Amino acid sequence: MAKTSPSLRTARSRVKGLGASGHGAGHWWQQRVTAAANVPLMIAFVVVIAMMAGRPYPEAVALVSHPLVALVLILAVISVALHMRIGMQVVIEDYVQDKGLKFAALFANTAYTVAVAAACLYAILRVSLARLV
Amino acid sequence: MAEFALPKNSKLTEGKTWPRPPGANNLQEFRIYRWNPDDGANPRVDTYQVDRDDCGPMVLDALLWIKAKVDSTLVFRRSCREGICGSCAMNIEGQNALACTMGIDECQEHAKGKNPGAKKTGAVRIYPLPHMPVLKDLVPDLTNFFAQHASIEPWLQTETPAPEGEWKQTPEDRAQLDGLYECILCACCTTSCPSYWWNGDRFLGPAALLQAYRWLIDSRDENTGERLDALHDPFRLYRCHTIMNCANACPKGLNPAKAIAEIKKMMVVREV
Repeated sequence: MAKTSPSLRTARSRVKGLGASGHGAGHWWQQRVTAAANVPLMIAFVVVIAMMAGRPYPEAVALVSHPLVALVLILAVISVALHMRIGMQVVIEDYVQDKGLKFAALFANTAYTVAVAAACLYAILRVSLARLV
Repeated sequence: MAEFALPKNSKLTEGKTWPRPPGANNLQEFRIYRWNPDDGANPRVDTYQVDRDDCGPMVLDALLWIKAKVDSTLVFRRSCREGICGSCAMNIEGQNALACTMGIDECQEHAKGKNPGAKKTGAVRIYPLPHMPVLKDLVPDLTNFFAQHASIEPWLQTETPAPEGEWKQTPEDRAQLDGLYECILCACCTTSCPSYWWNGDRFLGPAALLQAYRWLIDSRDENTGERLDALHDPFRLYRCHTIMNCANACPKGLNPAKAIAEIKKMMVVREV
């Protein structure tokens, strides 16, 4: 039924709403920790990519097979994915007011992050461990 | 989605140009937002000419001059005319300010300094506080704003039986409240905050959060944890993205953004 009359709930009731969710500090802190971690990880990532530029595939495999390189790439993917997910979630919460659309957008954001991160991690492991299998 | 355009019935139209005061030779033009809930018309912008030689130096003086001498139907809130009651908060030349403490000469220079590319029209433009429901002309509906202030329970809460005299506090602990207790709840900060514009129904806004922090760091208060619990929410507290419009707008020179950052720090400190 379409709403025809304004709500008669008190202002206090509307402000209190469903109460505090007891959540938010974790995301806030994680966003800052991953931001700090992204600085060295992205520098290392760019260096690794630069080292592979223009080289044939076996040389790239040799580079990524090094445990240190593989670990740095894996950590970079995890840190960037977490940071990206929270960052996009904040934008959605800020600007999408429709409840259904917001829920769908938050779900899509998480699904996209998991898919991208899983694909990256799989690719790194596959190249890194290529010599073992 | 966030609203980036005004709804159809909020679109501004050109209003009435009121006659110049006869015999005046030091005129200042004012362009003022008018809306009457009773006539069903869209809001309009009326143009007034104020005789500066017959009027005080502040924007509020000009509004009172217009109401007394030109147009008695102009509606705005005012009371103390000295920056302590917070009634005459409005959007003057694109910035939220108290009409009583903003000079007529000052407001355009002020706006120009913040936005050097702005066109100087010569007129002083006055609108109600942004993104609030308008009751009439320059009077916004602040019901939600005050309910949010009430929701942070702005009073001393203790469990220890009350002492015979007052609750005592060291001078250092008292100094912690400086820069917080001076808030006059004029809503300049809260209505300048884009996060409050988009999510004002759930985000408490800078004024309420500044007061929340004022009670969080009061050495006499015994409900700090419960106060933090009530704020621990992605919308109530964490919609603040440190945009800093609040600190920019505050006519008392307070910094709500810093107080909110301190609350966020307390949230982390109690977890580690």
